[in-house]
Amino acid sequence: MAKLVKKVMESDLSQSIVEIKDVTFSRGDRIIYKNMTFNIPKGKITAIMGPSGIGKTTMLRLIGGQLKPDAGDILFEGQSIPNMSRKALYAARTKMSMLFQSGALFTDMTVFDNIAFPLREHTQLSEDLIRLVVLMKLQAVGLRGAQDLMPSELSGGMARRAALARSIALDPELIMYDEPFAGQDPISMGVLVKLIKSLNQVLGLSSLIVTHDVTEVLSIADHVIIIAEQGVIGEGSPEQMQNHESELVQQFLKGLSDGPVPFHYPAPEYSEELLGVRNV
Amino acid sequence: MFDLLQKLGHKTLGRFAALGRSTQMLFGALVNKPNFKKGTPLLIRQLYMVGSQSLLIIMVSGLFIGMVLALQGYTVLVGYGAEDSLGPLVALSLLRELGPVVTALLFAGRAGSALTAEIGLMKATEQLSSLEMMAIDPLKRIIAPRFWAGFISMPILALIFSAVAIIGAHLVGVDWLGVDSGSFWSIMQSQVSFQQDIVNGMIKSFVFAMIVTWIALYKGYDCIPTSEGISKATTETVVHSSLAVLGFDFILTAVMFTS
Repeated sequence: MAKLVKKVMESDLSQSIVEIKDVTFSRGDRIIYKNMTFNIPKGKITAIMGPSGIGKTTMLRLIGGQLKPDAGDILFEGQSIPNMSRKALYAARTKMSMLFQSGALFTDMTVFDNIAFPLREHTQLSEDLIRLVVLMKLQAVGLRGAQDLMPSELSGGMARRAALARSIALDPELIMYDEPFAGQDPISMGVLVKLIKSLNQVLGLSSLIVTHDVTEVLSIADHVIIIAEQGVIGEGSPEQMQNHESELVQQFLKGLSDGPVPFHYPAPEYSEELLGVRNV
Repeated sequence: MFDLLQKLGHKTLGRFAALGRSTQMLFGALVNKPNFKKGTPLLIRQLYMVGSQSLLIIMVSGLFIGMVLALQGYTVLVGYGAEDSLGPLVALSLLRELGPVVTALLFAGRAGSALTAEIGLMKATEQLSSLEMMAIDPLKRIIAPRFWAGFISMPILALIFSAVAIIGAHLVGVDWLGVDSGSFWSIMQSQVSFQQDIVNGMIKSFVFAMIVTWIALYKGYDCIPTSEGISKATTETVVHSSLAVLGFDFILTAVMFTS
């Protein structure tokens, strides 16, 4: 029995839901990624971290097929996302969902209707069944009592939880979280951390979290990928990352103000500029 | 000189690219298999938002424009002893020109700007992206019902505008200034041609509806998703659609009413 459990766990770790293969992506003249390669394991919580402006959200959009890479391939369950037809891409998107930084709830609908929306669009369920599913999802995020509120009546944390309920409405296989903890108070942050962990365990889905919040995400992640300098600079378990030899990884994880990522934006010599001002 | 030419070329290419993107947007929104079960409630909601909510401004403007038209027309006609022709003067001005044009200008200011701001904000708050990630095409879910609502409601609003304006003209011309009521209505009836005046006015309205709604939707869909970008897009909607309406009005008038 123990052997069987071990075998299942090993196979789980080796299976990937998303494979990023030699991806190069640029915006205008600026190269965001150059030959980037990594895998996102199935059934695990994977965290993508890195300094601001490095293109973490862009990676989620590439996986979701909203952007196309200049070169390389992105596989979702073995199928190439950039090479899919529009119909196939939409079919693949019903198996993944994304929690946007702003929540992206539809402002002209109540919380209930927001969560019922994907069910009404993609299933033939009766309204009675939809009501049951929505109430179950709202119960999971603790917002059953807020079902009749409009998004404008929710706090930031509640809006994000309502959006989380919507993103699990169709029981996806992959959830992508874009900065889920940004701008949250400690209580909301704690609730979200707990929810992400429990949803991953209970629903058996794969989670991909893009975030800056090192402490929170390391407490729940199974796998960590740190992106900088147009590629992956560190990858492994949270423990492996804490002891990683790269100075850049350590600067990011410990939040040091100076290091390989300099404190100062590139500028002429300070003394030269000060003297230059006096001469003027 | 070379720089100037380069800038001109760059701007022209930019305009063609925008025209291409807007055509692509409209094509993507309208060319699809109709789904009446899901589409009808969305269309009805937009007809209410775009059409019914513009009724008040259209009716009030129509009433005043009709009253002013009658007052000005009477002042000129009475000098020639031709005040009985006030009815056809007002009706022809409204049905051929003022009805479709003023309705389109008011529609651009009231509903067009609202459409641009709404879609721009949906873009800024990632609602359009979230629709895409839910495997729902925002062109079909958001753009298409708004386009059809504008296309259907503007000609109806133009007819209401003209009808209310004629009532306003009657109030001033007949009830206040004393033009004979029988002459007002009977000469209007004999001089106004259904085919030449009413149908051509309606055709103008349909063309303006398409132009204004298309510009409003494209400006919102293509805006830079920031507060400044949305503000700029909203202003551009009103300015571009007003100019386009006036330009197309000249072309259509030249085609329809010059023999």
